[in-house]
Amino acid sequence: MPEITLIESVRETLRMEMRRDPDIFMMGEDIGPRGGVFLASEGFVDEFGEGRIMNTPLAESSIIGIALGAAVNGMRPVAEIQFADFVWPAINQLVGEAARVRYGTNGGKFAPMTVRVPYGGGVRGGLYHSQSIEVLFAHTPGLQVIAPATPWDARGLLRSAIRSNDPTVFLEHKRTYRLVRGEAPDGEYTEPIGKADVKRAGSDVTLVTYGLMLHYSLQAAEKVSQSDGIETEVVDLRTLRPIDGETILDSVSQTGRAMIVQEDTGAVSVSSEVAAIIASEGFFDLDAPVMRVTAPEIPPMPFSPLQEAEYMPSPEKIAASIRRLSEV
Amino acid sequence: MSESPSDIAVEAELSLPSGLTRERLLGAYKTMCLSRALDVRIWTLNRQGKAAIAASAQGHEAAQMGTVLATDPTRDRYMIYYRQLTAMLALGTTPTEMLMQFLARDGEILSAARQFPLHGAHPRVDLFSFSNVVGTQLPQAVGVALADKMKGRDAVTISFFGDGAASQGDCHEAMNFAGIHKVPVVFLCENNRYAISVPLEQQMPVESIASRASSYGIPGVEVDGTDVVATYEAVKEAVDRARSGGGASLVELRVERLLPHTTDDDHTRYRSKDDIERIKGMDPLPITEAMLKRQGILDQATDDEFKEWARREVDDATDEAEAMPFPPVGDMYEKVLESDRGGNSHA
Repeated sequence: MPEITLIESVRETLRMEMRRDPDIFMMGEDIGPRGGVFLASEGFVDEFGEGRIMNTPLAESSIIGIALGAAVNGMRPVAEIQFADFVWPAINQLVGEAARVRYGTNGGKFAPMTVRVPYGGGVRGGLYHSQSIEVLFAHTPGLQVIAPATPWDARGLLRSAIRSNDPTVFLEHKRTYRLVRGEAPDGEYTEPIGKADVKRAGSDVTLVTYGLMLHYSLQAAEKVSQSDGIETEVVDLRTLRPIDGETILDSVSQTGRAMIVQEDTGAVSVSSEVAAIIASEGFFDLDAPVMRVTAPEIPPMPFSPLQEAEYMPSPEKIAASIRRLSEV
Repeated sequence: MSESPSDIAVEAELSLPSGLTRERLLGAYKTMCLSRALDVRIWTLNRQGKAAIAASAQGHEAAQMGTVLATDPTRDRYMIYYRQLTAMLALGTTPTEMLMQFLARDGEILSAARQFPLHGAHPRVDLFSFSNVVGTQLPQAVGVALADKMKGRDAVTISFFGDGAASQGDCHEAMNFAGIHKVPVVFLCENNRYAISVPLEQQMPVESIASRASSYGIPGVEVDGTDVVATYEAVKEAVDRARSGGGASLVELRVERLLPHTTDDDHTRYRSKDDIERIKGMDPLPITEAMLKRQGILDQATDDEFKEWARREVDDATDEAEAMPFPPVGDMYEKVLESDRGGNSHA
């Protein structure tokens, strides 16, 4: 099977879903003839027309608000927020409104909408093209939050998101778009929302992560395996709401050591939640305190290259942390 | 008191706008009487400690009634906010159903008593309102109307909002998009000149919200919202335009909010005695009553009968609603997601 990039997987999945279901339409900034700034909809206007590939004004709140209205009235919109850093004007429509539609109408209305959000750093994006914004959405009952790290998962989970009858935030790490290659068959398959995936088996340390950090963590795991004989089990969360506690706890019960690696800042974050799950339900399996590798508590992230590199967790930093944890 | 026969003769010659019969107008007035009686009762229930919160529609009755008259509830859609008691009744919600919202009782139809009154989705009319955050319904309404346009349906979406919501960025974004894509939506502003306590001149540097319409390439009209016939005519024109593919319109209905913002507000803190006295002259109930009597559509006996009927309806509904229990506590965990998998899986 040929390998494709993550952005190719996203694009072809969108194309296949658009062909399958005429109720799906896309809206966002520059998604028309430009094909989106990351080319997720390259060529789509020619195939599907401007009626289904809607260029919008630079107005994120209404991109989500309009998608929400269309979703409750029988359509299945896929909205694109150009960069995660631009999602804040739309937070009210997403967290305040979309997340509460089903609950606030006692199921009378629901919103089958997907919001695609390119996020993350390490791309020289500075303060406004690098942000990790997942924690606010992952905190919100009524939303589903997905953060795939591979072309395979991007395809299977994007399908699930689009076909889901609830609002779903679909996070695509920008650095993975062209960096990560892998298999993703054209054929019909989905991956389940809310299910983590063990990307590497290991008996010494459980490492829980997602997004770009999955790849850095896998590199680190190989490194410490070769240099120190430490075998790290790498759990890819894939979904950040709901978090799959079962898979995490199963792994921790085998290894007795747990660490969480995330690109986001650490305080009150996904890693905090995973640590809480392990502490409250896996405490007696632990042989060492839970360790976290996160970004420092400064606004993400400096534009200057040395500072950006210092900000981002790296395979080297992760490897050093695995060694420290395994020695406790 | 009976009308002067000569007055009736003169007014009866005035032709009603297309689609608005004398019978419909009389029925509209009857609903307005019911709305007022219910509104007064809800305020009382709040003072008795039984209804936690209410935003009164008093002063807005003709605006909402005229609007609903100009639409077709069998195919149109309604995005309301929190002051649409009259519109809700006009759309067929019963007083008991309304009171069950204010009293948060089991079986409440819009949201199972999860939400403030008038929020949720209606089981019989395509009417919904998710939010207390004013203005959020405007882009949502554009999306609803966009879906109808995409699917080739002839439904029109009415998006109610107030002068307060007109200051939100969502208002601008919604109207801008609606103008670009000619979506079948009517932006229906009930301008009562107050965003809680902030008067219009501190909300915007212009006197008319409708005047903004030109910025969005859509028609905008300003209408006396205490005049049910004028409201009907303006909204009908906007609805007809939307239904025939002509796109969005902005209709601004000038009304007065006769009571404080909500039961938790005290408007004597920010309105002068003179102003509070003056706005009583803008009460759409006596205005409509007098108009109908002048036109020979309503006589005193019928008026008395309507008001007595409304009082009885509200009494019966109060008894019925108060007899209902609160929803079972366990119901609060349902319908977060389709899979009812709202929390983290370990929870």
